[in-house]
Amino acid sequence: MESDYQLSENPLVEGLERLPVRSTVLVIFGAMGDLASRKLLPAIYNLAHEGALPERIELIGISRGESTDEKFREHVRESVDRFSRRRPNADVLNGLLETVHYIRGAFDDADLYARLREAVEGLDEKFGTPLNRVFYLSTAPEFFPVIVENLGEAGLNTAEEADVRVVIEKPIGYDLASARLQNEAVRNHFDESQVFRIDHYLGKETVQNLMALRFANALFEPVWNRNFIDYVQITASEDIGVGTRAGYYEGSGALRDLVQNHMLQLLALLTMEPPTSFEANRLRDEKVKVLEAIVPPRLDEVALMAVRAQYGPGVVSGGETVGYLEEPGVAEGSRTETYAALKLYVSNWRWAGVPFYLRTGKRLSRKLTEIAVTLRPVPHLAFQSSGSLGVQPNQIILTVQPDEGVSVSLGAKIPGTKMQIRPVNMEFHYGTSFMSESPEAYERLIMDAMRGDATLFTRNDEIEALWGIIDPILSAWGADTTSPIPQYPSGSAGPNEADALLEGCAWRRL
Amino acid sequence: MSEARWSEADTTPEHIEAALRELLREQHAADENLVPARVLNLVVVADREWRGEVVNRLERLGEYHPSRTILCTVEEGRKHLDATATVSGDGAGEGRVGVLRESVEIEMGREHMGRVDTIIDPVIVSELPTVLWSPHSFDEAVESLLGLVDVILIDTDDPVYFDGPGAALTRAAELSDSSVYVVDLAWLRTVPWRERLAGSFENPSRREALQSLKRIYVRYNPASVVSAVLLIGWLASRIGWQPGALEPAPGGALRGTAKKAGGGSISLEFNPVPQATRGIAGVTVTGDAGFSLSLDRGPGGLLAREQRAGVRPQQWRMFGTSRGEGGILGDGVRQALLRDATYRPALEAARSLTP
Repeated sequence: MESDYQLSENPLVEGLERLPVRSTVLVIFGAMGDLASRKLLPAIYNLAHEGALPERIELIGISRGESTDEKFREHVRESVDRFSRRRPNADVLNGLLETVHYIRGAFDDADLYARLREAVEGLDEKFGTPLNRVFYLSTAPEFFPVIVENLGEAGLNTAEEADVRVVIEKPIGYDLASARLQNEAVRNHFDESQVFRIDHYLGKETVQNLMALRFANALFEPVWNRNFIDYVQITASEDIGVGTRAGYYEGSGALRDLVQNHMLQLLALLTMEPPTSFEANRLRDEKVKVLEAIVPPRLDEVALMAVRAQYGPGVVSGGETVGYLEEPGVAEGSRTETYAALKLYVSNWRWAGVPFYLRTGKRLSRKLTEIAVTLRPVPHLAFQSSGSLGVQPNQIILTVQPDEGVSVSLGAKIPGTKMQIRPVNMEFHYGTSFMSESPEAYERLIMDAMRGDATLFTRNDEIEALWGIIDPILSAWGADTTSPIPQYPSGSAGPNEADALLEGCAWRRL
Repeated sequence: MSEARWSEADTTPEHIEAALRELLREQHAADENLVPARVLNLVVVADREWRGEVVNRLERLGEYHPSRTILCTVEEGRKHLDATATVSGDGAGEGRVGVLRESVEIEMGREHMGRVDTIIDPVIVSELPTVLWSPHSFDEAVESLLGLVDVILIDTDDPVYFDGPGAALTRAAELSDSSVYVVDLAWLRTVPWRERLAGSFENPSRREALQSLKRIYVRYNPASVVSAVLLIGWLASRIGWQPGALEPAPGGALRGTAKKAGGGSISLEFNPVPQATRGIAGVTVTGDAGFSLSLDRGPGGLLAREQRAGVRPQQWRMFGTSRGEGGILGDGVRQALLRDATYRPALEAARSLTP
């Protein structure tokens, strides 16, 4: 029986699957927006449904739109009814709605923050204890500096006997310079330990499983280096087009939309050294180290290391589709890329000389996110394997979506009198080995932010390292206003121009 | 949804296993996206008379369905084995993998119980963890299977199974001493209460009250006295109290005390109250200086009431939904893949409470 414990520690948390979180007021800026409606509000409901929220939770929505507490509560109810992953329980939802408040105001209006401070302090007084504060910035990125500055000016960046945290959605910046400016603006008012930059991709179970696969298995780590690995391909393909997001996408493009964050995060998790612990800063230190070891291309190298393209008309699922330039909301003659492919090298002892090929695109033949690690061929074959496909290099395929799993290709003998070899797959599907449904990434991330666990959030130097890799590519592409942008048919595997990046291999079939 | 069935009267374990392999092969050949789930084996030994109820409970496991379920229905006087095997799958399509689940029902007699391991062993997927649930006792079958299974699901709240809370907790301790891992459904009924009590003392300003608690008062469904005792056993083991045996009090209540590590004692009170669902109905912890915190089950979560000296009383709701008994069993199956190191100390403390 344990009898000694420090008062600074809570002896009751040992062994609990769900760790407790201190009572919190969660303030959502942009509470009427698309992200809040589709993701955040349903996630908060699901946490309430599961009994995961802190013992006392208050939710304040802030937006510029005309509304009231009552109307905002109706908005929350509609969002939950429409987008929750489980059918809402009326008692839980009604109870949660009683904790919901609305404050109207422009994000640059100092009076908004005075009223917010009054509201938050009023809740402290009402409950007789200071609540932790989480400010969730679910707004357009241009408002991030404005909001953090006003929070700081209003004294809302600190609280006596309570923790204050700010959650910032991606994109963090538009390029390296703007990311630095934004980090600086945040740092002027918040300590880095208070800042939680969300890349919801890191909240996915699949991405966290990548770390489990690497660091919980002795099988892979011995071959996880330049001596055994020939090359790596990381693919994030989508079968859909730009849809109704042309307004956003025109200012972003494939490189900013997926490569700068999600795909480089996958690359970092794939190549980083094992952290000494999974404490947030230890993990992020290793990610930053490996990201800084990726040498960005010089401007004159960009054409050799990066390819951009746009989808043209084509056939998808048996139906004809228009090209990007014909999509509603796309500017005439737009040079925004809907496809990007990169060749990168990680300059350290583990990875020197191993090419990492990244590709992402819209309107490709299928939706797929995978990492394919190809090992070097065996050094010597003791037998002939004529009359068959022969011995192929082993591949380790980590599929993130649609079916999360790991597949290892092996050479196996074809039954018969000859020593004929063909590749076979040893497959593992996560869906067949675990019973429970994965929670939504936002549920995990909201709880982590409330708890103050930054492991799955991006640190300021990490953001700058990510931008540092693609900044020269953005500059080179931005400077080139005349070369034609390669086109690829919708429903295809991408532009032929991307093949030129590869050395002695081909892109994996989508 | 696809489903393939096989059945045979007067069969053998080898035939059952061969039939399962063939059904899996057929399903995969018909749709290569269908692959077998490989999570765990669940072996259920149940009285034939209560088959319907057990099947209903297994159907309500929902997402926590094991990959291979082997239901042994036991009938007095039966001499031979009859079996049905079903392989069903769903979710495949559009390039997605679909998961196949296997279920087997073996009808057997009481005379098979002593060596039921020789019937089950060939039928389980050998590389997977195997969980045993024997809701209608069948101690002989449990003893026979202990060497084969990794986890045993028990319910120390179940009055049919155990002759009082003391016997239930002793049996749980005996099983915990064996090579199997024990998942106790009575312990799982306390999960939300443990989480909420832990959360209540997460606030440092309230944490000091943990050391000065004077009284714990638990309300519970009369069929869940062991859940109540385990909850207090957990508090005692975590905080370092030495509980003494409880004494009966009027109205079916129980009273007792626990010694604190630093001196002094704490009063423990248990009261059965009417409640439709099994498990805990409410907990009140009382400290000195006028502090008390009550948590009571209510619609949409637990209703919390707090009193502190010099502060007006507070009342609020901690949100959450009840899992129901189906959810508790599902959670039990899920827990088979996890390990909770706090159960055993809580169990030992709870045993001190029972005469």
